[in-house]
Amino acid sequence: MSRIASVTALEEFRQEILSQRDPDKPCITLCSGSACMATGSGKVAAALEREIEKQGVSSEVVSRRTGCHGFCEQGPIVVIYPQGICYLRVQPEDIAEIISETIIGKRIVERLLYVDPNNGEKATREDDIPFYKNQQRLVLGSNRKIDPRSLEDYLAVEGYQALAKVLFQMTPEQVVGEVKDAKLRGRGGAGFPSGIKWDFARNAPGEQKYVVVNCDEGDPGAYMDRSVMEGNPFAVLEGLMIGAYAIGAHEGYVYVRQEYPLAVANLTVAIKKAEEAGLLGQNILGSGFDFTVKVHRGAGAFICGEETSLLNSLEGKAGEPNARPPFPAIKGLWGKPTNINNVETWANIPMIINKGAAFFSAIGTESSKGTKIFSLVGKVNNTGLVEVPMGASMRDIIFKIGGGVPDGKKFKAVQTGGPSGGCLPEKLLDIKVDFDELSKAGAMMGSGGMIVMDEDTCLVDIARYFLAFLSDESCGKCTPCREGIRQMLKILTNMTKGLGRPGDLELLLELAETTKGSSMCALGKTAPNPVLSTLNHFREEYEAHINEKRYPSLSCKALIAFHIAPEKCKGCGACFRKCPAEAIEGGKKRIHVILQEKCTKCGGCLEACPAVFGAVSKISGVPVPDAIPEEARAI
Amino acid sequence: MNKISLQIDGKQITAEEGTTVLVAARSLGITIPTVCDHAQLAPYGACRVCTVEADANGRSNLVAACQYPVENGMVIRTKTEKLDKIRKLLLEQMLSHAPDSEPLQELARQYGADRNRFEQEASFCILCGLCVRYCAEVKQKHAISFFDRGAKREIAFLPEIAMQECWDCKECFPLCPTSALQAAYVLTESLLTPPDATVPSCGGGCSGKS
Repeated sequence: MSRIASVTALEEFRQEILSQRDPDKPCITLCSGSACMATGSGKVAAALEREIEKQGVSSEVVSRRTGCHGFCEQGPIVVIYPQGICYLRVQPEDIAEIISETIIGKRIVERLLYVDPNNGEKATREDDIPFYKNQQRLVLGSNRKIDPRSLEDYLAVEGYQALAKVLFQMTPEQVVGEVKDAKLRGRGGAGFPSGIKWDFARNAPGEQKYVVVNCDEGDPGAYMDRSVMEGNPFAVLEGLMIGAYAIGAHEGYVYVRQEYPLAVANLTVAIKKAEEAGLLGQNILGSGFDFTVKVHRGAGAFICGEETSLLNSLEGKAGEPNARPPFPAIKGLWGKPTNINNVETWANIPMIINKGAAFFSAIGTESSKGTKIFSLVGKVNNTGLVEVPMGASMRDIIFKIGGGVPDGKKFKAVQTGGPSGGCLPEKLLDIKVDFDELSKAGAMMGSGGMIVMDEDTCLVDIARYFLAFLSDESCGKCTPCREGIRQMLKILTNMTKGLGRPGDLELLLELAETTKGSSMCALGKTAPNPVLSTLNHFREEYEAHINEKRYPSLSCKALIAFHIAPEKCKGCGACFRKCPAEAIEGGKKRIHVILQEKCTKCGGCLEACPAVFGAVSKISGVPVPDAIPEEARAI
Repeated sequence: MNKISLQIDGKQITAEEGTTVLVAARSLGITIPTVCDHAQLAPYGACRVCTVEADANGRSNLVAACQYPVENGMVIRTKTEKLDKIRKLLLEQMLSHAPDSEPLQELARQYGADRNRFEQEASFCILCGLCVRYCAEVKQKHAISFFDRGAKREIAFLPEIAMQECWDCKECFPLCPTSALQAAYVLTESLLTPPDATVPSCGGGCSGKS
C-alpha cells in the first residue's frame, strides 16, 4: 500500500474504505481469539469459506475473522451484522445451515442461540444476552468489528483519528493535560494516575526517551491484555504513539510474553502494515513526528510484569527488579527516561483523545474513571471477559453478567487482582469495584483477574496455591520474598495435609508482615495478601484445619475420606466401575466397601453413585466407620 | 553535587545528593546492620537486614538503607521495635540455611534471633550474591552466577570460565558470610563435570575423564 502522507490523505483513504462498505450487506464475523481458536474457530473459518463459495454467495456476504468477543464460555462465536444475530458454540457442520437459513433465507437458526439457563429464554441478538447487556465495552467493543490484521478495518472504526488530532491540533502539554483531566489510572495493577506518570517522563531531563507497552500478563486466569493485543493491536499502537508524542519519545517497545503467539503475530502484522502506510516511521502523516516500535518477546516470567524487571529483561539481563528510586520515568531503559503502561491503559488513550476527557471522566467512580476489563473465571456460569464501568458492584458482575454459580452451588468467595490479590466473602459482594474500594476490602484491582469460588473451595488451599505460584515466580533475589514465601507456603501445605500446629496463624502473620514490609518489589510486598485476606475473612477455616483436622468445605484430600453407607448401598456396581484405584470391593447383590488405604480420594465414586441411592458420602473430622464384615455384605 | 539536609535517628546531617542512607548514616557513626553490602560493590539490596524507616514526602516507608538515596528533608529511623522484629525474622530465615555462619550468629545475638526457629535446610548459601557480584564487578570474569529463581535459586560456577579463571583467584572465598568451604564445594562440583564431558560423572568424586 502507498504511504499516507497527510491528514487529508488519511481522511480520503478512510472515506474510500467506507464507501466500499455497504452497512446493510450481511457481514459474518467469527471470533478468532485464543479461546475460540482453542474450541475450533479455525475449522469453522475454513467451513465458512467453503460454504460461501459452495452456496454462491461470495458477492452477497462479507466474512471477517475478529478478535475476542469476550463470551469465551460459549465459543466459537459467530455474529451476523447488521442485525447482530449471535450464534454460540458454532461447529463447522453448522455453517451450511447458517448460510442457507440466515444469510439466504433470512431466518434464525434457533438451536445456535443463547438460552438463559435460569428461565429458558432465547436471545437472538448479542445485545439481548444478559452477559453482554450489562456491560459497557468501550475498549473491548471494537474487537468484534475488526479483523486485527486489517488496517482498513481499524481505519473504518475511526482508527488514527486521535493520532492525527494530537499531531496537528494539540501540543504535547495539552495531550498530557487531557489524560490527566480524564483521570485515567494505570490498568496494570497499582492504579497510578497515567497523566502524572507521563508528566514525570516528559519533564525528565534528556533527549532520548522511550515508551513501552507491558504485555506481560502472568496472573493465573487473567487474559484481558492478551485479548486486547490480539484483537485490536492498532489501538494499542495508536495509544503508544500518542504517549510517545506527549512525553517526547521516538522509540517504543512492546514487551509481549512468548506464550501469547497470536498476540505477537497480530501485533507484528499491525506494525508492518502501519509502517507500509507511513503511520510508523519518519515524518508520520507529514507532521515531522518520527516514531518506530519493536516487539520484544519475553520468556514468560511473572516478575517481568514489574516495571524494573521488565526493563532489565528488555536490556537482555535477568528479569529481576531494581530498587526504586530511581523510577523508570527518570532512569529507565538504557538509563533513559521511560514510560511504561500496560496494554489496556494504552488502548484507552485513543478513545480519551477522540471523545475527550469529560466523556471519559463521566464514567466510573470518584476516584476511578472509565471502564475496566475483568476476566471472569472459575465457578461461574458465564466465564469470559467483562468490561464494566468502574464502580459496578461485584454482585452484578458475578450474578447479572456472570450468571451466578453453576450446579446450584453456593457462592463462597471471589479472588480478585491475581496471585497477590485477595479473596472477598459474600458479605462484601456489594462493594463498588474500583481501585480504592477493593484495596480497602483487603483485595486489589490488580490487572483485573476475577476468580469465583463455590462452597467446595478450600480457602486455605487457595492461599496455598497462590503462594506456591509466587514461590516459583519470585525472582529469589531478596530474603523476605524468597524465604518468607517459602516459610508461609510450608505452613499452609502442612495445614492442608492435616499437620497444622497451634501457633501457625501467629507465625503466618509475623512472616506476612516482614515479607510485606521489607521486600524489594511489589511481588514480595503483596505476596502475603492471599494469606492475609483469607485469614481475615475465613479465619474459621484455618482454625478448623489446625484444631480439628477437619476441613469445612471437604476439599483438602488429606483431611477427607469417602464412605459407602451400608444401609443405602444397592450393590449396583456404579462406583466399583468408576474407581480408578481399584479401591472398592463389591460384587452383584453385595454391599460395596471402600478400602481406605487404596483410595486416592478422587471423588469418582461420589459422582457415580446414583442420586436416588446417595450411598457415598465425603466425611471429614470424624473417624471413618469400620467396614461391615464380609459375611454381612449380601443384600 | 547538591547538598541535601536530612535527619537520621534524631541527628541532623548534610549529605551529597545521590548518597545512600547507609553511607550517610555511617558518616554520622550510626551503624546499620548489613549482610550483603560491600564497599567495593554496587548496592544490591538482597538481604534487607539494613531496612530502615523513612519519612519522606508525607509518607512513611520501609526502605533498604543500602540502596535508598537520601532525599531533602527526609527523616530516618534505624532502630525501632518494628525494625528489630523484621531483622530478627530475616536473620532466622537466613540461619535456617547457614546455622553456623559467624556474621549471622553475631547479628543473631544482637537481635535475639533463634537459629532453630525454622526447619534447617542447610544449603549454606543465603544468596547474598557477594561472590557473584565480586566476580562480575571487580574481577569482571563472570565465573559464578545465580541460576533458577524463587525458592529454587542457587549459585554455581560456570565450568567453562571457572576452569580458566578460578584456580589462581579464589578471592570470592573469604567474602562468603556463610562459609568459604561452600564456595570451594560449589566450585569443585562444577569442575567435576567438564562441559565437554561425554562420560557422565559417577558423582563419587571422579571426573568422568579417563
